[in-house]
Amino acid sequence: MDKIVRVNMSTLTSSNESVPEAWAGLGGRAMTSTIVAEEVPPTCHPLGVNNKLVFAIGLLSGTSAASSGRLCGGAKSPLTGTIKESNVGGTAARQLARLGIRALIIEGMPPGDAWYNISVTKDGITIQEETALMGAGNFAVADGVRARYGDRVGVMSVGPVGEMRMALANISVRDPEGKLRSMGRGGLGAVMGSKRIKFIVIDDTGTPAAVPLHDPEKFKAAGKRFTKTLQEHPVTGQGLPTYGTAVLVNVINEAGGLPTRNFTQGQFTAHDAISGETIHDTIVARGGKPKHGCHAGCVIQCSQVYNDADGKYLTSGFEYETIWGLGANCCVDVLDDIALADNILDDIGGDSIEAAVMFGVAMEAGVLEFGDGKEMCRMLREEIGKGTPLGRVLGGGAANVGRIYGLTRVPVVKGQGIPAYDPRSIKGIGVTYATSTMGADHTAGYSITTNILNVGGHIDPLKKEGQIELSRNLQIATAAVDSTGMCIFIAFPGLDIPDCLAALVDMINARFGISLTMDDVINLGKYVLKTEHKFNLAAGFSNEHDRLPEFFSLEPLAPHDAIWDFTGEELDTFWNF
Amino acid sequence: MSQTIQISVNLFASFTRGRFKTAKQSHPTGTRIADIIRELGIAEPEVGIIMVNGRRAEPDHQLTDRARLALFPLIGGG
Repeated sequence: MDKIVRVNMSTLTSSNESVPEAWAGLGGRAMTSTIVAEEVPPTCHPLGVNNKLVFAIGLLSGTSAASSGRLCGGAKSPLTGTIKESNVGGTAARQLARLGIRALIIEGMPPGDAWYNISVTKDGITIQEETALMGAGNFAVADGVRARYGDRVGVMSVGPVGEMRMALANISVRDPEGKLRSMGRGGLGAVMGSKRIKFIVIDDTGTPAAVPLHDPEKFKAAGKRFTKTLQEHPVTGQGLPTYGTAVLVNVINEAGGLPTRNFTQGQFTAHDAISGETIHDTIVARGGKPKHGCHAGCVIQCSQVYNDADGKYLTSGFEYETIWGLGANCCVDVLDDIALADNILDDIGGDSIEAAVMFGVAMEAGVLEFGDGKEMCRMLREEIGKGTPLGRVLGGGAANVGRIYGLTRVPVVKGQGIPAYDPRSIKGIGVTYATSTMGADHTAGYSITTNILNVGGHIDPLKKEGQIELSRNLQIATAAVDSTGMCIFIAFPGLDIPDCLAALVDMINARFGISLTMDDVINLGKYVLKTEHKFNLAAGFSNEHDRLPEFFSLEPLAPHDAIWDFTGEELDTFWNF
Repeated sequence: MSQTIQISVNLFASFTRGRFKTAKQSHPTGTRIADIIRELGIAEPEVGIIMVNGRRAEPDHQLTDRARLALFPLIGGG
């Protein structure tokens, strides 16, 4: 029987509850946001005893549905002060699903100074003091936990950055090969660190291989249709498996939307040196893997394994936003420096997007030179990773650095760094950055699909027309997809091939023996956004925070001389639903 | 009036295979993007994104002198 597990770090006890009726239809982001909104006081201190860290599997986690392995984490964010949801690939979602755990809620805070680990098995939860792995980077933690508990266990951990409760901190999740995926944005690693949990180990030994299905035949049939759409669509069937997300470097550069030199230019002269095409060729030449899945059962496999010049592992999950940020935004054109920085961020446990925006601001502040990839890596390892006073400043994120160095060109919304698409020349994503409950978040409503990629139609990125409606529809749909445990990339076939989302709904119905319609799924997405918005308003946010930084309205961006010209009144119409 | 235009043709991702990354080319005035696509041996349904000077363009767009044409297959990310 499915359950909700609570771990109370104040009393170091745990308890199981059956899934309340009101939560029965929830999964993923719908589950985490509902629980955070119900149980976390919106005005609490995010690093304090009253915040909760909630992990939730999706509605289709643990099934054979293709690309269904995402795990969601939620809390009040120490970076933004808003509600936060962040999701991740890796093995944990499937393992928790097999254990019948729909949500794992971590509450309270330990007395004293000790640190702990949490062990999750079919026999229950064990909370134990942890000493041996304290201070260790996430790679050593993953190896150490497997040595201690067995080779197949799932591991969720914080690195030194999370231990030190920096707003940059992420949570790492072990992937099928023992490398790392990240629950990246919003500082959830700091929440885990504030509750003094170094790692959570998940062992699903002794559980049935598959989660129960109400109608296995119907599920299988719908699953086949769904997988076919993923394979048929050129983005998920060919583009992403071949080149990964880094293929976007040249596209966004061509469109004049590649933020360069801390968002002062829209194109990077050295774009080809850091492009997806160059990365693909480098990977192949060095014996890495140009195609790699972050979780078992993914048919898209957009990840990759990137080796160094000696053919040894350097990094995986080398994403467009990371390459954009540590590359073009910081004017670094040496791919191996960017890859090393990505690897260090995995190890110390920091969000690569926030770090990239932060370094752009730090370079403008003169803390290090634009283009100095080696110094960037040194600062990650020796300052942020070791918690020096400078490291603490940098580890507080882009807004923090901007404030301390007295800068105006600080690209953040609600305190979170703006990712790899300039809102002046791609206005649809600008609306998402401004209005998302998550702060500046590109995945929350990925308008790039229709503004640039011609998926789901086309809307001119340089004009305001149609952008608010586009962002609204995408944000609603994304909130729904985030609740299923599916990878958001199913949205590419979802936008173009009608049977994709129809098959998804059929799978959900066959799993639970219910009769949802597409309208129900849309309504779930609306409910999630409204729940999150309500929390944010109660936390002290208003419509005045659904805005971009002033400099986007003042500084035209080459090559299109583009300016951000949405009024506040126009942006406020986003919430008209 | 000039009988030819000079343009830069830029190919990306799988389109570079067996072709080139960037090339300066001369074409008769009035050449459309569809003509270039055909000359490159690319099937039009395979074209995902067309940009001229960084803005989206349609296959029937007539190129002008010193235009920068960029052709991408159907790709995505996030």
